[in-house]
Amino acid sequence: MFGLRVVKDFFRRPFEGSQIVRQLAEVGAKSVPLVVASGFAVGAVMTLHTRNTLVMFGATAEIPTVQSLAFFVEIGPLVVGLLLAGRVGSGIGAVLANMRATEQIDGVESLSIDSFKFLVVPRVIACVLAVPLLTLFMDFSGLLSGFLAEHAASHISFQLYIVRAFAALDWSNYIPPTLKTAVFGFIIGTVSAYFGYTTDEGALGVGKAATNSVVVSSLLIIISDVVLVKCISFAFPGSAI
Amino acid sequence: MNPAERPALSFIGVSKSFGPKQVLRDVSFDVFPGEALCVLGRSGTGKSVTLKLIMSLLKPDSGKIFIEEDDITGLGTDELSRVRRKIGFLFQDAALFDSLSLYENLALPLARLTKKSPQEIDSIIDKMLRQVGLGDDKSKMPSKLSGGMRKRAGLARALVLEPKILLADEPSSGLDRITAAEIDELLIQQKKERHTTVIVVTHDVHGARRVGDSFAVFDKGQLVARGTTDEVEHSANETARKLISEY
Repeated sequence: MFGLRVVKDFFRRPFEGSQIVRQLAEVGAKSVPLVVASGFAVGAVMTLHTRNTLVMFGATAEIPTVQSLAFFVEIGPLVVGLLLAGRVGSGIGAVLANMRATEQIDGVESLSIDSFKFLVVPRVIACVLAVPLLTLFMDFSGLLSGFLAEHAASHISFQLYIVRAFAALDWSNYIPPTLKTAVFGFIIGTVSAYFGYTTDEGALGVGKAATNSVVVSSLLIIISDVVLVKCISFAFPGSAI
Repeated sequence: MNPAERPALSFIGVSKSFGPKQVLRDVSFDVFPGEALCVLGRSGTGKSVTLKLIMSLLKPDSGKIFIEEDDITGLGTDELSRVRRKIGFLFQDAALFDSLSLYENLALPLARLTKKSPQEIDSIIDKMLRQVGLGDDKSKMPSKLSGGMRKRAGLARALVLEPKILLADEPSSGLDRITAAEIDELLIQQKKERHTTVIVVTHDVHGARRVGDSFAVFDKGQLVARGTTDEVEHSANETARKLISEY
């Protein structure tokens, strides 16, 4: 019901453009360093592990392909979803719960402003828009660090790495998996806003809202990923690796 | 106050419970335009709940609440929004928005609910902040303000839309006598200059006697005394007599 109200209120005036932009900066721009750093680390580690295995089969030329498929199809979307469930989900849950505890939400209502539309809807929309964009940051930073790791080992050129990375990649390998992260964003936004907005336990509720936001968002992201992967491979048979 | 006038606010047989605990029991009273009513009572007797019911932040279990001619218990979102614009609310801890500067806190309702130009909004906020003694602090964030400054800022925000009714929930709590007196002066000024109906929930009987034209005393969820200082001092209810004398 909470999620349906978000969708319904999104199409009702006023559209809260400035609030959405403010939240996009909070959710999106401030998450870039975390996402890029994580992408770099995961990309480098994955190349090191993959290389050890592929060397045994004389297939090291496939490392760029493996790296790009792994990142665009699954690692990028899922890792970004889980990272943001932690960083953004806990933040939204704690901020709204604190606003509830300190009567700021009542304050918004007392000014004849619909607090749900003003506080909840922009946060959810910002998550829906930001997660796919951050997924691209994760994908490309993972690919770049994969190149650096592989270059250190085999001196492969950047041009050749990119050609090999994208040679086997079809649009259905990266567009549907990237767009599915909008669902992850919706989950993070609605779950964390729900726990924060509806708390009535004062200061104790702030901690609970933050913890519940992370735990439930992460769980729902993992479960929905299973369902979405199945839906995507059904709708786009070519996307299956 | 003139009893021949239509009341600015009426409670008619209002009851409210939270789970098994009944906080208000069949409460009825009127407040007339320009009247300053001080609500007294021991902690947990339903005073702050009364203010939240007036603002429709809570719904009563039974009874009716009229703001002028509107019964707010049956209003939809849009109608409620229209009625709420007649009311300003000073919360106990001011409830300023943490993420917005003092200026933005005051500009928010003006920008969203009026058609005033940015220049007009600037001018209103400057005037309002000067009035409460915060003319030089408009760029400060709420976390940088002292308790007294927060209260004054909360009052400025409550008044920025020029409400007909001003609700104040313990405006002097946590403040020293001098700062509390400054807040009281601002409430009195508002009543005198703008003929605003003021309803103050307070434990500060000294301040209540300065601000209030009349008093309502709550005990165990019931309105046990209502009237002027003299009437409450000679009330049949012992709690009411004790409360009004404690200063």
